Amino acid sequence: MKKEEEINFQKSEDFSRTMIPGAFARKMRTCLIWQFIRFVIINVKMIIVVGKSH
Amino acid sequence: MARLVVLGGGVAGHTTATFAAKWLGSAHEVVVVTPNAKWNWIPSNIWVGVGQMTKEEVTFDLASVYAKAGITYKQAKAVSLNPEGNSSSDKAFVTIEYTGQDKDGTSENIEYDYIVNATGPKLNFDATPGLGNGEGQMGNNTVSVCTAEHAVHASHKLTEAIEKMKKGERQRFLIGTGHGMCTCQGAAFEYIFNIEHELRKAGVREMADMKWISNESFLGDFGMGGLHMKVGGYVVSSKLFAESLFAERDVEWLIGAHTSKVEAGKVEYELLDGSKGEEEFDFAMLIPPFAGVGIKAYDKAGEDITGTVFAPNGFMKVDAKYDAGAYENWKASDWPRTYQNPTYSNMFAAGIAFAPPHLISKPMSSPNGTPINPTPPRTGMPSGIIGKAVAHSVCDLMTKGESAHLHEASMAEMGAACVASAGKGIFTGTAAAMTVYPVVPDFEKYPGTGRDTDYTFGEIGLAGHWIKHILHFLFIYKAKLNPGWTLIPE
Ligand SMILES: Cc1cc2nc3c(=O)[nH]c(=O)nc-3n(C[C@H](O)[C@H](O)[C@H](O)COP(=O)(O)OP(=O)(O)OC[C@H]3O[C@@H](n4cnc5c(N)ncnc54)[C@H](O)[C@@H]3O)c2cc1C
Repeated sequence: MKKEEEINFQKSEDFSRTMIPGAFARKMRTCLIWQFIRFVIINVKMIIVVGKSH
Repeated sequence: MARLVVLGGGVAGHTTATFAAKWLGSAHEVVVVTPNAKWNWIPSNIWVGVGQMTKEEVTFDLASVYAKAGITYKQAKAVSLNPEGNSSSDKAFVTIEYTGQDKDGTSENIEYDYIVNATGPKLNFDATPGLGNGEGQMGNNTVSVCTAEHAVHASHKLTEAIEKMKKGERQRFLIGTGHGMCTCQGAAFEYIFNIEHELRKAGVREMADMKWISNESFLGDFGMGGLHMKVGGYVVSSKLFAESLFAERDVEWLIGAHTSKVEAGKVEYELLDGSKGEEEFDFAMLIPPFAGVGIKAYDKAGEDITGTVFAPNGFMKVDAKYDAGAYENWKASDWPRTYQNPTYSNMFAAGIAFAPPHLISKPMSSPNGTPINPTPPRTGMPSGIIGKAVAHSVCDLMTKGESAHLHEASMAEMGAACVASAGKGIFTGTAAAMTVYPVVPDFEKYPGTGRDTDYTFGEIGLAGHWIKHILHFLFIYKAKLNPGWTLIPE
C-alpha cells in the first residue's frame, strides 16, 4: 500500500535516516482550529522570551 | 547640548537613534549617518525574492521619519573615526562621505560626544572567487536576497527558471552559503523552502532538483551550535528537526562545505573531510560571508589605530572577552554586556557591527587547514535589543554624567525568536517558528543543552506563518514611528 508521505525515505540515504511527518502531522499544520490554538501558545511563549530578554 | 552620532540606519542603528531622540528630546542632538535613503525590513526580502512582495512593501523613506523624530539625517557612509580629534582640535569626529542629498562624494567631518557604530555587515562577496564581481559587489553567477534590490533580481531569475521548467527543461537549484565562514544560514534556509513552495504552486516541483550547500557541520546548526527543543514530549536536536524538513520537501543537503569558487553554472567546494568537489546549478543563491564595513580609525597624530578599535574582521571591539582561548574554555560570560569600546568610552557598537568574542558553533577546519564553520548570527531581535540598551546607556551618560550606570544586554541572557517562512499564503503558507533562549548557550546555568528548553522550541505550521506576517507589519509600523511604536518590543 502506497503512503505518499513515506516515498521520500527511499530517495536518498540521508532522507532514510531521519523522520518525516505522517499524514496526520501534516494535516495539523494547516488545520485552522489547531493552528489558532498554536498561534496563541507560540505568541505567549515568544512574549515571555522577549520579556526575559529585555 | 551634546551630540550623539549613530552610524547605520538598519535594525540596530534605527532602534538606537529613534529611542535616543525620544528620550533626549530637544536638549541634545541625534545624528544618523547612513548611506541608504530607505529603511529595509530585511527578513521580508525573502518574500521579495520569490515575487510575493514588492520592494516597496519592504522599504520606506527614512528622511520623513527622521524629520518627524527630530533626528539630523545625513545620507552618507562613515569612512573614518578620529576618537581623539586631530592636530587642530581635541574633539572626536567622524569623517563621512555623502551618497545622496545632492552631495554625492562630498566629505564632511562631524564632531561627536558619543558615537554608536551600527553599520551592520559588509556583504563580502569577493571573499569567494566568482561570488563577487571583484569590485565588492555581487557577481553575475548567483543571486542574493541580502538587500531588497538583490531580492528583486533574484525573483526575476526565479521566474525565468520557472518558465524554463514549464517548457520542460529541468532546473537545478543550489541554495546556501557561499563561503566556509558564513553566517545567516537561517535566511538561506527560508529562501530554499519558499522557492520549493513557489515551485509547487507553479506546478513544476517535479522538474526541479533542489540542493542545500552549507558550512554547518550538521543541518540545523544555524551558527548557534544547533539547539535542543521540545517536540512531541522529546527534547530533540535541531539536526533532526531540520533534516526532517529537508527530507519531507525532497531537498538534498551538502554540509560542512566551504564554497571555494563560483563559475557560471558551477561551484567548487571543499568539505570538512578535506575532499573537494563540484556542483552544477541553473539557479543559485549563496549568502556571502560578512565582514565589518571597513571604517578606519586614527589617533590625534594621524597614526592608523584601526587595529586598536576594530577586530581583524572589521567589526568593532567591545567589552567582550577576546582572549578566551580554545573552545573548551568558552563561557557565556565571554559575551559583551554593554557594547562599550574598551579604549574609547564614548564609543559603542550595536547589532552585527560589534566583534563577537568567538564562534558559538564548535570551530572546525578541513585537514587542509580551511576553516569551515558558521560565524555567530546576530539576528534582528538581538540587534534591536542591543540597539535599545546602548541608546539607554548613551542617554544616561549624556543626561546624568560619565559615572552613569551602563545598561546591559548579553546575548547569553537574551533570547531570539526566529520565524523561518516556508511559503507564503494565509491558508497554505507554513513557517518554522523557533525561539531560542538564550542565543549563546550557557552550560553552567542549563547543563546538558545550554538552553532553557521551556523557551527553546520549534514547530512548523500556519501559526508560524501568521506570526511572520504580523511581524512584517508590526516592525515596519514601529520603524515608521507610528503612534504607540515604543510599545512594540524589539
Ligand atoms: C535575507 C535575510 C533574512 C533575514 N531574516 C531574518 C529573520 O527572519 N529574523 C531575524 O531576526 N533576522 C533576520 N535576518 C538578520 C537581520 O536582518 C539582521 O540581524 C539585522 O538586519 C542586523 O541589524 P544591523 O542593524 O546590525 O545591520 P543592518 O540592518 O544591515 O543595518 C546596517 C546599516 O548600516 C548601514 N551602513 C553600512 N555601511 C555604513 C557606513 N560605512 N556608514 C554608515 N552606515 C553604514 C547600512 O546601509 C545599513 O543601513 C535576516 C537577514 C537577511 C540577509
